[in-house]
Amino acid sequence: MAIDMEQFHQVFFEESFEGLDVMETGLLNLDNGDADNEEINTIFRAAHSIKGGSGTFGFQSISDFTHIMETLLDEVRDGIRDLTHEGINVLLKSVDCLRMMMTAASEGGDVDDSEVKTNFDALQNILGSESSSATEEISEPAADSTAQASAETVWKISFAPHKNFMQFGNDPARIIRELATLGKLSGHVDTDNVPEFTDLNPEDMFLSWDLELKGEVTKEQIDDVFSWVEDESDISITAMSSDVSSQTVKKQTDATVVKSEAVKAPVKAKPAAAVKASDKKEKSTPASSSIRVGIDKIDDLINMVGELVITQSMLSMLGEDFNMTRLEKLQEGLIQLDRHTRELQESVMQIRMVPISFTFSRFPRMVRDLSEKLDKKIELVMHGENTELDKTVIEKIGDPLVHLVRNSVDHGIEMPEDRLAAGKPETGTIQLNAFHRGGNIVIEITDDGKGIDKDVILAKGIEKGLVEAGAKLSDQQIYDLLFNPGFSTAAEITDVSGRGVGMDVVKKNIMSLGGAIETHSVKGQGSIFSIRLPLTLAILDGQSVSVGSDNYIIPLVSIVESVQPKKESLNMVAGKGETYKLRDEYLPIIRIRDLFNVPDAKADDLEEGLLVVVEADGKRFGVFVDDLLGQQQVVIKSLESNYKRINGVSGATILGDGSVALILDIPSLIRMSD
Amino acid sequence: MALILTVDDSASMRQMVAFTLKGAGYDVVEAEDGQKALDASKTKKFDLVITDVNMPVMDGITFIRHLRTEVNYKFTPILMLTTESSSDKKAEGKSAGATGWIVKPFNPDQLLAVVKKVIG
Amino acid sequence: MMMTAEQENEAIDQEQITEADQGEEYLTFSLANEEYGVDILRVQELRGWEPVTRVPNSPDYVKGVLNLRGAIVPVIDLRVRFNLPVEDYSSLTVVIVLAIKDKKDGNERIISVVVDEISDVVKAKMSEIQATPKFGSALDIEYISGLADADGKMLMLLDIDTMLSVSDMQQF
Repeated sequence: MAIDMEQFHQVFFEESFEGLDVMETGLLNLDNGDADNEEINTIFRAAHSIKGGSGTFGFQSISDFTHIMETLLDEVRDGIRDLTHEGINVLLKSVDCLRMMMTAASEGGDVDDSEVKTNFDALQNILGSESSSATEEISEPAADSTAQASAETVWKISFAPHKNFMQFGNDPARIIRELATLGKLSGHVDTDNVPEFTDLNPEDMFLSWDLELKGEVTKEQIDDVFSWVEDESDISITAMSSDVSSQTVKKQTDATVVKSEAVKAPVKAKPAAAVKASDKKEKSTPASSSIRVGIDKIDDLINMVGELVITQSMLSMLGEDFNMTRLEKLQEGLIQLDRHTRELQESVMQIRMVPISFTFSRFPRMVRDLSEKLDKKIELVMHGENTELDKTVIEKIGDPLVHLVRNSVDHGIEMPEDRLAAGKPETGTIQLNAFHRGGNIVIEITDDGKGIDKDVILAKGIEKGLVEAGAKLSDQQIYDLLFNPGFSTAAEITDVSGRGVGMDVVKKNIMSLGGAIETHSVKGQGSIFSIRLPLTLAILDGQSVSVGSDNYIIPLVSIVESVQPKKESLNMVAGKGETYKLRDEYLPIIRIRDLFNVPDAKADDLEEGLLVVVEADGKRFGVFVDDLLGQQQVVIKSLESNYKRINGVSGATILGDGSVALILDIPSLIRMSD
Repeated sequence: MALILTVDDSASMRQMVAFTLKGAGYDVVEAEDGQKALDASKTKKFDLVITDVNMPVMDGITFIRHLRTEVNYKFTPILMLTTESSSDKKAEGKSAGATGWIVKPFNPDQLLAVVKKVIG
Repeated sequence: MMMTAEQENEAIDQEQITEADQGEEYLTFSLANEEYGVDILRVQELRGWEPVTRVPNSPDYVKGVLNLRGAIVPVIDLRVRFNLPVEDYSSLTVVIVLAIKDKKDGNERIISVVVDEISDVVKAKMSEIQATPKFGSALDIEYISGLADADGKMLMLLDIDTMLSVSDMQQF
């Protein structure tokens, strides 16, 4: 029967990539000294599974490569070998290599043969440095068997199963039947040992056989038949004919006995020579983006939709024959509808929520490799990996986070000797924290390194013409210079921090997600980069405001507070326009009426309207509106799909009454009024 | 038709084995570790058990040892999936009560041939 | 086969009718006493006039946006667009929702236009669409794909893809 193995490939690849992640995490823990025996077993099992699966599904070179990793890991778990830091490095690099091979196999790409060879040799090196029983197992590929002149042989076979034979689940009859397939079988059963009936235990075996097998049969074939039962029986096999050669030959026996061909992972051979056609998958179309969703979440959804349908049909019935006596029922029904719709909405959004561990998981390895490269000692601590955020957000936050962490490693944490000289522990710490706060997700990257030198930054900002000399800047404004596109020069974008990704791109990415980034630092002690992101991109918590007959929505995430303005606090500043003094701060005022040319704005004097204090880019402004309406959650609709992007507007939404309201883009508003 | 229990922590292997056996007319139950396999064996009577060795929670050999203490499974054929080089695993398995082994990697035909030989 | 003269005339008439049935269909509407037509296949739906949401910093002919079953669709006043004198909307005022293919960036968009009144759906034979002569019309010549005769009245067939190209509006 020909079975199409390809149907299992996808599952195999998925579990293999997971297995590689498991191996990587385990190896990193081993390196830190955090691993116990169980962890070592877990790493071994992952390699073992990959090896077995790849062999079964036809990815021979992957199997061969993994085999040598598995051999090494087997020795470690058996206690024969200690794994040094160097050994772990080799294994980690091998995991990378395997990932590359696995990706090539799953996507139909090319394998970097030289990388495979380098890693294979490195593994081999470690294995070869100590002789161990494991290496003996890896034998040269069997030389093609010289066909043994299968002459007609008569074999005398005596088969005496031990008393406990049956308890291994073996059946003597099966063995005899199998022998009979090899040639002409004759013989007799010996019942001498069978006890009296009353003493007979039916679970024991008392029979034995004297058999004669005639045919073109080799001893090996007969051995194979008995291979499972050697230990629980007495067997003797003698040839009665002189034609028999006693030389055992490694020969593929017939298919009834499962014994795979001699190991194809020879120590000396190069398994990566050429990627065999069987290892390559047809280049498939890129996998469509997908999410894994727990069955329980789906079940919840189905239940909720069910409830919704019930409520809907109840309302429908009410509506058919409506009169005012049924008003209360209608209202109840509508409340129920509201509740069910809300629950359904939350549930569906939940599905797209993914724990941030997916993004965080790459960092232990990254920090380790990077700190090794720079000869620094750095420990990475992560909290809140279970904090969930929307899948679309998670995909876009990865790169900015990578850059910030790299930045901390590269520019934050000092060299070990400098740290000691400063009275700090030699090993620096970088912390990744994620948590929910007020409808947002906050991600903090903290390091106990040398902090940011405000004077240096300011001086550089002046030098680059980003700031006027003598300008008074707040701390946050100085730190924000770091995110200015003109700040860093090409020469400073080191290989470590990545070319082409500057802090300005980091900030841009975060802002395009509707988020913000804040910096805190103490010179000599360390820095915290704090990223605030909305939980989801499709839905927004907003404050509805009115200017004239226009309604606008201001995202709550940008709002600091709302004030009833007082005339005395209004100032006119030459060249800057109106400002409002709120406690100690002077807030520039943005009049929506003017910015958007609203023809029927009500309030002219400041005291007639309201000031909504908003914040973006570290700057605060007061947005002057006629009235505050309610707060609500709105679904963000695109203005650009059918129309175009409008400055100051980030999108639109449809209100409960079916009308359209525009969502204000606060950072853009601020830029517009600057 | 005969009922077979296949135990392996690798989903792709389990699926392949199950698919192959079902295609040949056997009924199959899957389990992903020794403990789940033991639980399954208490609710159903299997005619044959095929188990991998390296598994989390409970490995194959421990599973076999436990299974053999069950009255219903004293004589049931139990096959281990082993790799060619692990002769000590084979010995360990046998001493735990395994009937025999199938060496990995194997193809579906080889699997079916062994199963047919053992339970027909 | 020999035909009588009568039979021949009939045959010719038949032919003419068949030809007249061919061609494309246009939804016609009036704007300041002039008749215009748009390809019926582009018309998504017709709506009565309802207040729309103003969009700031847009060209004056963009009256705002409306909610079309969850999608945000711009509303363009053609009188303003064609520099015609603006009149109040009446109960006859119709909003035509059109599917256009933006000539500049190739994107498909849903756009709606406000017109005075809807007339009929007419068929216009391809052969009747002549190259437009230059004449003083409210429209830019490039917006007109041709002219047709609709029962004695001149119909200007609009090339809405060009006319309503949003990228044009970017200039504002």
